[in-house]
Formats: sequence, structure tokens, C-alpha cells
Amino acid sequence: MRGIRTRDPLLTAGLVICLLLAVTALLAPWLAPDDPGRMGGPRLAPPGPEHVLGTDVLGRDVLSRLIHGARVSLLIGWLSVLTAAFLGAGVGLAAGLGSRKADRTLMALTDAFMAFPRIFLVLLLVSVARASVGHVVVVLGLSGWMPVARLVRAEALSLKQRSFVAAARGLGLSPWRVARVHVLPNLLPTLIVAAALRVGGAILAESFLSFLGLGVQDPTVSWGLMIQQGRDHLLDGWWLATFPGLAITLTVVGYNLLGDGLRARFDPRREDGHD
Amino acid sequence: MSRFTGSFGFWVLQRIVGSVLLLVVLCSAVFWVVRLAPGDPLDQVTGEGMTAADRALVRERLGLDAPVGRQYLHWLAGVAHGDWGVSLSQHRPVADILAEAVPSTLLLTLSAYALHLVLALLAAVAMAAWRGTVRARLLNVAGLVLYSLPSFWFGLMAILVLGLHTGWFPLGGMRSPDAAFMGPWASLLDVLRHLVLPVAVLALGSFMGTARFLRASLEEALGQDYILAARARGVPERLILWRHALRNALLPLVTQVGLYLPFLLGGAVVVEVVFAWPGMGRVTVDAIWSRDYPLIMATTALAAVMVVTGSLVADIGYHFLDPRVRLAGRREGA
Repeated sequence: MRGIRTRDPLLTAGLVICLLLAVTALLAPWLAPDDPGRMGGPRLAPPGPEHVLGTDVLGRDVLSRLIHGARVSLLIGWLSVLTAAFLGAGVGLAAGLGSRKADRTLMALTDAFMAFPRIFLVLLLVSVARASVGHVVVVLGLSGWMPVARLVRAEALSLKQRSFVAAARGLGLSPWRVARVHVLPNLLPTLIVAAALRVGGAILAESFLSFLGLGVQDPTVSWGLMIQQGRDHLLDGWWLATFPGLAITLTVVGYNLLGDGLRARFDPRREDGHD
Repeated sequence: MSRFTGSFGFWVLQRIVGSVLLLVVLCSAVFWVVRLAPGDPLDQVTGEGMTAADRALVRERLGLDAPVGRQYLHWLAGVAHGDWGVSLSQHRPVADILAEAVPSTLLLTLSAYALHLVLALLAAVAMAAWRGTVRARLLNVAGLVLYSLPSFWFGLMAILVLGLHTGWFPLGGMRSPDAAFMGPWASLLDVLRHLVLPVAVLALGSFMGTARFLRASLEEALGQDYILAARARGVPERLILWRHALRNALLPLVTQVGLYLPFLLGGAVVVEVVFAWPGMGRVTVDAIWSRDYPLIMATTALAAVMVVTGSLVADIGYHFLDPRVRLAGRREGA
């Protein structure tokens, strides 16, 4: 991408954090000092030379679990955001380029979905779908597409006015082709920024679900799950809940810096507005 | 267009009808999500080793023997007049449970929102006053880190440090076990003590969003001619910021109140779970664990009702506060 070389130190910091985390997740089996599931060490050993971040109640190495947890958190974060972006782009394009009636119906649907506080929507969906990585991705995707749809619709509506889109329509190209070839490529920067801004929120949502025991289940390692397991040992094992929380915070800070910086680059007009 | 269809009153009427329709759609969605999920809803209630006759009895008792369409209409009608069914896990009317949980949630969220607004206001004014300096950047980054904290973990750490280690604050709940024996003042103080940590966690974790929004409108206000005129008259910079600019920058914030409700309620869910606060979020999560579907459906629908009503009130309130929007709305409605 052309816009990455920058003087904005916050964007650079976000980029570095996100890249480091991605590398950690990819190389987890080689970076981790131990198998995340091996119950080899002493139980509840505090951080020390043997186990840098200590061990949990079952004698598993916390650092190794943290490193492997990055995989699950990032995977769920990205997949759920991609799902949401895909759904949102579909609805937004159909609304922006379709008939007025389609537009009104789809936007009413979007507004209806947005009226739920997201967490209640997530909890409602989770209550009918039992916990697994796949379900968490679907649930977070289904509860997160609405802001993307609004954004894409607004962009599509303004692109529709531009002469090259009008020309393509005038030439009698099919709506599908106009959307795919002429509108979608122009939307990509917006979509990428929107996605980057949402990864942090998705990771937070996943960790909360796993913390509640409604997300990722035990043999799989997740930061939220580690915090839940450390909750009962706040006094005799403070490190159990502390380090995964720091890992989540670092990740979310990284993605928020990245998203903020990219937005400032691509769209300097819109300072903020939380959605 | 007649005078009536262009009037403010008509616009309000339109908004109210729209909100009611939206609520019908949302409540229907809640019903169908739960009902279309695979599996017999009865399996979630009945244990193994029940005879077919017992199952049939339970099915009848819960009204699950009627056609789905009739169950749906029955549920909608119940929601409309406050009959939310009977909780499967607590064996008492859902409405009673909600009547206990909703005030707790409102106490928590409204206190948190008050603190949220104060913090946002201070941060926004500070960032505008220190524009371009290192201090402003530091404040911005600090706010971003707070904004990125997982609030359930933030809450746990607050409990660990300020509750377990120092003993300054209670570890959770809304009242001490011996609250029943306290006088009215002591009991009030007891609730306030329990309120401190959850409110602080909720407000600290969220104020930066509003602070940034406020800063943007503050900076816009600072660029206006009347500010220049005030400066020319020699009005002190502090007064310009707090009195002249802030007053105009605050108005758009009213629109944010409606948009903010979902976040407030959602944040409360997380904090209620960590601090064992007896509100709607905690009730919902407990209901999921015990597969108490009438209760899950009720809290979700109620959250939607609160959000839709809240944004309607905020919307109408904004029109009363700002005559410019009132006129624009009238033209749009015509």
C-alpha cells in the first residue's frame, strides 16, 4: 500500500504491534518454550527463571499458553470481521445500487439490528448455538455487519452519481457487474479501514465470551478463557489473570492505533464518531 | 401538503409510530431466533428419565403444545402488556425478576454515564486547550489505552488491587450482607461504596469516545467568527473555551446520548458479571447458563425497548433544544 510510509508515530506504533502479534501467532509452536497443554511444571509457580510468566493450577506454562492464545484471538478476530465485512458490503451495495424500495427495506433491517445493544444480540445468538470457534465467528459476524453496511451504502450512493458509474450503467452492464467491477474496487480503502477498526472490538467480544465460558472451550487456548481460569486465583496466582489481560489490551491498542491512523490517512475529514 | 403533515407534532407522531413498528420487528426477531434454533425447546427444560406423559404435561403447562404461530402472537401480546411469561429456572414470573433487575442496571448505567460525561468534558477541553502539545498527545494515547482495555479484566484488576489487597472497596454485589440491619443513611452509603468500582470501570473504559467527539465539535466551534470577535474584545482565553465555545459544542452531544445507550447497556452486562451486580446483564448470563429461554427472550427484548425508547426521547429532546433542527425537521417532514 502506498499510504503506509508515514510520519504519524501512532500509526507506525500500531503497525509494529499488529505485525509483531501476527508473527507471534504464525510462529507460535516455535516461539513457545513449552507445549501449551502439557501439565509438566509445578502448580501455581510464580513468574521466575524456570517459567517466565509462571504456571497455572494444572502446572501449564503461562507464557506458552499466552503465545498460543494469540492464534485463537487473532483468528477469531479476523475471521469474524471478514464475515461482517462481507455481509455488510453485500447489504450496503444492494441498498446503495438497488431500487429505492430495496434500499428502504435493507436499511430498515440494518437499523433494526443496530437497535440491539450488540452484547445482547451476541448473547441471544450464543444461547441457541453451543460454544465453538466456528460458532463464535458466525455469531460475531452476524452481530457486527450493520455499521459496515451503512458505510458501504453511503459510499455506493455517492459513487453512483459519478460519471464512470453512470456510463457503465448507461452502457447496459448488469447491476452485478457494475457493483463488482466499478463500485467495489473504489470501496476497498473504506472497507479495509472499517475492518481494521473492528478487529479490536471483535477480539474484545471473543475474550468476553470465552471469559463467560460461552466461547472457546478448554483444550483450545484463548486469552479470555485464561482470565476466567485465573479469576478464582486472584490472590494466590495474580499472574494468571493479569498477563492475558495485558495481551488483549496490547492487541486492541495496536488495532485501534492502526485503524485510527489509516482512517486519518484515507479520510481526513472524519475525525471520529464511535460506532 | 396540509399544515398538519408539515408540523412538528406530525413529525413526532411519525417517529413514535416508527419506533413501535421497530419494536414489533425486534421482539419478533427475538422470538424466532430462539424458536427456529434446532432442537425441541422442551429438551432444555426436561431431564432424562421423564415419561412421555410427564413431557406432554410440561409441554402443555409451558404452552408449547399450541401451533408456533399462536405461541408467537401470544408472546407478542404478553410483551405488550407486561406479561413476560414464567422463568424456567427461578419458577416465578419473569416480570418480577425484571422489576428487581432493571432499577439496579439503571442505577449503575446512569451513574456511570454521569461520570463518563464529566470525564469526557474535562478531557475534551484539555485536549482543545493543549492542542498541538505533547500533553495533548499523551492524553490522547492514555485515553486510547483505557478505551482498549477489556472491561471485564479491568474490573478484575480493580477488585484485585483496590478490593482484595487494600480492602478499601467491597469485592462485588450491591449491598453488604448485613444491609438489612442498617439505618437508611448507612444503607445508602453502603450502596454507594459498592457502586464506586463498577461505575469507575465503566466510565473510565468508555469516556474517550465521547471526549473525541466533543473535541471535534469544540475545535469546530473555536474556528467560528464569534470566537474571533470575543478574542478581539479581549475576553480571556479560559472564558472563551469554557463559556463561549463549549456551550455550542455541547449541543451535538445530545444526539450522541441516544446513540450511546446500546454501549452503556452492553458495558453494564460485562461489569455486572464481574462485580456480581444484580442487574439485567447478570440475569441474562445466568439465564443462558440455565437455558431459561423465557428469561433470555425477555431481557433481550427489554434491552431493545430501552434503546429504542431512549433514542426516541433523545431525538425529540434535541428538536426542542435546537430550533434550527426543529425547522429543518419540519421541512423534511413536509
